[in-house]
Amino acid sequence: MKRFILKRLGLSVITVLLVCIIVFFLTHILPGDVARQYLGRGATEDDLREFRHVFELDRPLLSQLFTWINHLLHGNLGQSMQYRGPVTDLLLPAIGYSSKLAGVAFFIIVPVSIAGGVISAMNRGKKIDRAITVGGLSASVIPEFVWAILLVLVFGVIFQIFPVTAFPRRGSHDLLTQIWYLILPSISLLLVLFGYIARITRAGVIEALDSDYMRTAVLKGLSRRKAVVKHVLRNALLPTIAVVASQIPYLIGGLIAVEIVFNYPGFGTILKGAVDARDYSVLQAGVIISSFVIVLFQLIADILFAVLNPRIRQKVSE
Amino acid sequence: MSTTPTLEFRDLEVAYTVRGIDREVVRKVSFSIAPGEAYGLVGESGCGKSTAAFAAMRYLPRNGKITGGSILFEGQDIVGMSAGEINKLRQSAISMVYQNPATALNPTIRIGEQVAEVFELQGFSKSEALAKVEEALVKVQIADPTKVMRRYAHQLSGGMAQRVVIAMALASNPRLLVMDEPTTGLDATVEAEVLDLVRKLRKESGTAVLFISHNLGVIRHMCDRVGVLYAGALVEQGATEDLFSNPSHPYTVGLLRCIPRGGLHKNTDRLDTIPGTPPALGTHFSGCVFADRCALVEDKCRTTQPEMVSVGQSHVARCFHTNTAGSMPRAIDTVTVSVSQNPNRATTGTRLLDVDHLSKAFTQDGNAVHVVNDVSLQVGVGETLGLVGESGAGKTTIAKLILGLYGSDSGSHVVLDGKDLAGTLNKRDVKDVGAMQIVFQNPDQALNRRHSVTRIVGRAVQKLRGLSADASTDRAHELLSGMRVEATLHSARPVQLSGGLKQRVAISRAFAGAPQLVVCDEPTSALDVSVQATILNLLVDLQKQDGTSFIFISHDLGVVRYISDKIAVLYLGRVVEFGESNRVFQGPHHPYTEALLSSVPNIDGSIRKRIPLTGVIPSPSNPPTGCVLHPRCPRMAGSGVEHLCSSVEPALTEVEPGHFMRCHIPLDQLRTVQI
Repeated sequence: MKRFILKRLGLSVITVLLVCIIVFFLTHILPGDVARQYLGRGATEDDLREFRHVFELDRPLLSQLFTWINHLLHGNLGQSMQYRGPVTDLLLPAIGYSSKLAGVAFFIIVPVSIAGGVISAMNRGKKIDRAITVGGLSASVIPEFVWAILLVLVFGVIFQIFPVTAFPRRGSHDLLTQIWYLILPSISLLLVLFGYIARITRAGVIEALDSDYMRTAVLKGLSRRKAVVKHVLRNALLPTIAVVASQIPYLIGGLIAVEIVFNYPGFGTILKGAVDARDYSVLQAGVIISSFVIVLFQLIADILFAVLNPRIRQKVSE
Repeated sequence: MSTTPTLEFRDLEVAYTVRGIDREVVRKVSFSIAPGEAYGLVGESGCGKSTAAFAAMRYLPRNGKITGGSILFEGQDIVGMSAGEINKLRQSAISMVYQNPATALNPTIRIGEQVAEVFELQGFSKSEALAKVEEALVKVQIADPTKVMRRYAHQLSGGMAQRVVIAMALASNPRLLVMDEPTTGLDATVEAEVLDLVRKLRKESGTAVLFISHNLGVIRHMCDRVGVLYAGALVEQGATEDLFSNPSHPYTVGLLRCIPRGGLHKNTDRLDTIPGTPPALGTHFSGCVFADRCALVEDKCRTTQPEMVSVGQSHVARCFHTNTAGSMPRAIDTVTVSVSQNPNRATTGTRLLDVDHLSKAFTQDGNAVHVVNDVSLQVGVGETLGLVGESGAGKTTIAKLILGLYGSDSGSHVVLDGKDLAGTLNKRDVKDVGAMQIVFQNPDQALNRRHSVTRIVGRAVQKLRGLSADASTDRAHELLSGMRVEATLHSARPVQLSGGLKQRVAISRAFAGAPQLVVCDEPTSALDVSVQATILNLLVDLQKQDGTSFIFISHDLGVVRYISDKIAVLYLGRVVEFGESNRVFQGPHHPYTEALLSSVPNIDGSIRKRIPLTGVIPSPSNPPTGCVLHPRCPRMAGSGVEHLCSSVEPALTEVEPGHFMRCHIPLDQLRTVQI
């Protein structure tokens, strides 16, 4: 098991490193001169040279890459070109906010979607099953920012149940209030991800319900409810874990759009600002951080999957 | 006064709803099982055996329902019982053992906990239950119960998993045990052990058993009374001995006749078949269900449903011709095939295939696992070589090595018709590939389900013979017609064909390149016995006509004996005995062969003492020293050569002319009958 985790960890590190290198080169082969864009048409050749010197753009590409990676490893994400300050100062608080939103969203999405899938599977072919499957699928084809706007309109403006922003006013920062403000944005993410996760859960549960071991459990004399809890769920939820992990990129993608709609000062809002301002160092940092998060969750999912499945657990410990 | 039967079916009718239409699968079946009695249900696939078994547990598929009649357990009708009452019965009075023990166990829960569940349902605490599990596992002869309890299902062998399932079934001290094909898919030696165990446990507990099997030999050895099902209807029923010695329904007679039983051989006997195919699910009958396939059919049979008539003491058959059924005319398919078109004849005399020092080691976790060890075999022109042995003996691997599907280790030679073939398929030329082909066990998986039958065979013809597309289509049709796949089916897809027809298509494909040698890897194990007979007849015809040689792999020793001229017995990747078919079967035997032969429940009912192989098959990654059989050898103790057996691996030596063995024990000693 230790070897398995170390191996996976090594692979994850390589993945992140590759992403870093790709991101670096991508930003450098983009057309246009960064210095010229920043300083504008009126800038003199000297201004440009100075700008390039300050941001170390005048050094050979490989040397820039190594310095950059070296800085990354020390937690230095570079200087924001837009704000002329360390990128970390800009991103860290934003990541904090985004994590809160992602956390709340995650704790709403995962149980609700899995429950939906289980209910759907247990009532296969009945109306509630169709409602969940068709409803989930329909909801997921509408992009999250559309949902976000709709939800704000309906529950924030018309019925005024939920706040229209995701960020409480100053002075009311206790945890519950914060969560309350984050529910509406979370729901817009839920609507997009529910269909897929529920469908995978449903498939897993149905497979387990139709399995020979479920038959054994029922013919032992277990009541259906007990048999489902003890014999079906554990086997059925295994594939779901992998799916949930694979949805993390969508969650991050969704976050960006939702944050903007709800005017929430998170990672996504900062990134969008960086795009608008062509703030390359912030963008680079943003991409690297998101890839890091994705790889991390994939790693967690792999390990969880192995721990829960004795067959894989045995294989990896051999 | 008669006692209340443990289980009684009264005119039971079960239907499956398929596309909105109810289709009858069990038709007014009535039988009863007395306390302590073992009742067997036989019949071919689709005749409703398993449905009847699950109905007894009141567990039918989602689309299945009981449409008439009743099922009485100790006099109580269980059809109308509430879910709670049924659960109570399942917890305490009736249990079931399933066909596929490996999947019947939950893969993510430890064995101990799964068995303990049964005890917990009876009100024992968790710790008490776990203690009882140990007892239960000892009862089913599991040597190291505490170790097994900590395992997961995938860590158990098939036989071990079935023991666990039996332990689980017996944990509630049931009064009725339903066994649905409990040994199908297990090796002969393991099957024999499981059956011995069931017999022993039954003697101890006096449990009534409903035993479902397609294997008449097994039924004959396990059951007191037998019922024969056809198309969901009970066509004959009687005490086991009566029914087997005096079968009185044409279907039973046909079933018994088409099994290749001891002594029959392709050179002298042709197998009987049952003409036609079983009716589709839910077919409506106005007369006898078997009329369409019966040799004795009359007009009356098609219009009037025959009643059960008594043909002996508590022996009944549902037929108008019970008196003549036993002597009904034989059904032999005499169609000769016409598939030969310039077959590749051997050019170098009578020897076709020479396999010399064939070895194969797979690498597993950095260690070499020797799956096939120094195997040397010869196949003559027009000859069949049978490969037998338990699973893991290397039968299929040897076949794949010969075909070049795996590359063999250096030093191995496969010589076909005087030509030393390259190790792997992609290095062989088209002619060599066409000269050796294979028929797989499972035609469902071997045939591309998206392609039509013509296309499957046509492509093979095109590739292997280099014909144009049109010419290969014509040739494909010729081949298929020769294999009796009718022209109307040539554009069908495999899914539309029955198992037997699919296998005919697979055989046609194998014969596309006019092969000299065809490997048949368990070609009939997935088929019913009547279909098996037609396939075996077809293979024999092809051989007689074209001089094709076969390598025939099967776990069914009766089939192997029937079709083979020579037999190689394999154990742990080695040939332990090789010789003429009759010699290998009649003995003197290698100790392993002897044990293997003794474990087959034979259909003629002769009681043969089983010579048990103790312990489990060792892993090829860690084979025993000396003779690989010695830890399990039934002959070693007292042979006087024990020291040799455990230290020196015996060589394959010619003990009699044309009869080879790998054993230290002198032949004369092997000749003596073991007590």
